[in-house]
Amino acid sequence: MPKVTYIEYNGTEHPVEVPVGLSVMRGAVNNNVPGIDADCGGECACATCHVYVDPAWLDKTGNPVPGSQEASMLSFAAEAEFNSRLSCQIAIARGARRIDRPHAAGSALRQREPR
Amino acid sequence: MTTQLHGAYSIPVEAIDVSDPQLYQDDTWYPYFERLRRDAPVHWCRESRYGPYWSVCKYKDIMQVEVNHQTYSSELGGIQIENPPDEFVVSNFIRVDPPKHDEQRKVVSPIVAPANLAEMEATIRERTIRVLEGLPRNETFDWVERVSIELTTMMLATLFDFPWEERRKLTYWSDVAIANVNAPDAPVHSHAERFEELRKMAERMGELYDERAKQPPKFDLLSMLAHGPATQNMPLREFMGNLALLIVGGNDTTRNSMTGGLWTLSQHPHEYQKLRDNPALITSLVPEIIRYVTPVIHMRRTATQDTELGGQQVRAGDKVVMWYVSGNRDPDAIEDPDNFIIDRPRPRQHLSFGFGIHRCVGNRLAELQLRVLWEELLPRHPVIEVLAPPRRTYSNFIHGMRSMPVRIPLH
Repeated sequence: MPKVTYIEYNGTEHPVEVPVGLSVMRGAVNNNVPGIDADCGGECACATCHVYVDPAWLDKTGNPVPGSQEASMLSFAAEAEFNSRLSCQIAIARGARRIDRPHAAGSALRQREPR
Repeated sequence: MTTQLHGAYSIPVEAIDVSDPQLYQDDTWYPYFERLRRDAPVHWCRESRYGPYWSVCKYKDIMQVEVNHQTYSSELGGIQIENPPDEFVVSNFIRVDPPKHDEQRKVVSPIVAPANLAEMEATIRERTIRVLEGLPRNETFDWVERVSIELTTMMLATLFDFPWEERRKLTYWSDVAIANVNAPDAPVHSHAERFEELRKMAERMGELYDERAKQPPKFDLLSMLAHGPATQNMPLREFMGNLALLIVGGNDTTRNSMTGGLWTLSQHPHEYQKLRDNPALITSLVPEIIRYVTPVIHMRRTATQDTELGGQQVRAGDKVVMWYVSGNRDPDAIEDPDNFIIDRPRPRQHLSFGFGIHRCVGNRLAELQLRVLWEELLPRHPVIEVLAPPRRTYSNFIHGMRSMPVRIPLH
């Protein structure tokens, strides 16, 4: 199963296995990773699942489509960066399985807000 | 008023009109929405004092309206079911669409950025302690006046860097801005009177704004407006509108959550005891209060094109009202929604802050203020007797609580 490493604002790492097809947000919520609130439940409507994607993984996750709802919500998020995404809009793809290798695990994601 | 005379279940569903402010002052709105969610979740009310309108009552339909801001405009007809007369309309960023919305909102949003909130917490806590320690014992007092208004007004004065000794003007302007002019106890009794009071507000704020414009930028709302490219040199009506928005959004909703939280806990003694036994539950108590109280009753949009919503045909130009009070009680989205459960799973899933691009900009600050209040209240005053239900505001827009008598017993 693909592995995603969530890094809390304080640096704590949470390596989590996330089934193909789920969103990165859902992987965090299902595993009680703190800091990803996902108030709207994945509707791309609250920006409380804002993460920074490790730049090394940006070509896999991509950036928000200009003019999309995600781009719009992110434009109001506090301290958005070039690698900001809403994690409810990143799906774990089948091809991502190859990231499930020792020591090369997952997209490193840094959560937005301090708890 | 018809609905009240006949009861929610005995009249034809077409005749239900949930816009009557009396329903919210008397707190009798529940069965009407229960019926609408069951029988007509997207409901056309053909006649009301505000003209015809759609009621959107289910959580998922409200979400659909929230995220489709191209189809459901905030700008065409504003955000309230009532259209004020054209000559008294004021504009602000909550009642415009992109791009103007985006430009203006971005000017003020840094004030509630996480880093700034972390800095504000100590001040908020110190003031909260001072207010709570100053409360009388064994004596009836008004919780709204002594706690809710006091704390939120101080917060607002800080956000604007408004002269401390004049801060109750902020409370007054907030009450003026949201007043239903037909209510006997409203601070203003006509749209013209409201406009005049808000103009005076803009005059006083304008003096401060001019001072700040000449000084280097600093971190308060007036300075940010004065230096923000999208907000400097705003026309008077836009200045008035944005001030009113920030003042109401920045205190009134939190004020009512502070009152509504205590009221609700007093009505659920088992939950109150659970909280005393485990103060760590404050984390989920706060969003549960915000859901249960639902400080903003509705938001309105106007359809920009013909569209379908919940199986109904909405026409361009139709008034579409999202009833947050109803969506927050929708059992298809929230389990056991009529119960107040301070340790419910997923307590943050509620509509009280809205969703999409207009989602409450200050939601984290509101949560911070409420969290600190309960953290400091529990150890100091674990028992507060609520002596009567809150007196509520005559409004279908803001779920206001004007007073609530309480007493803190001697130990």
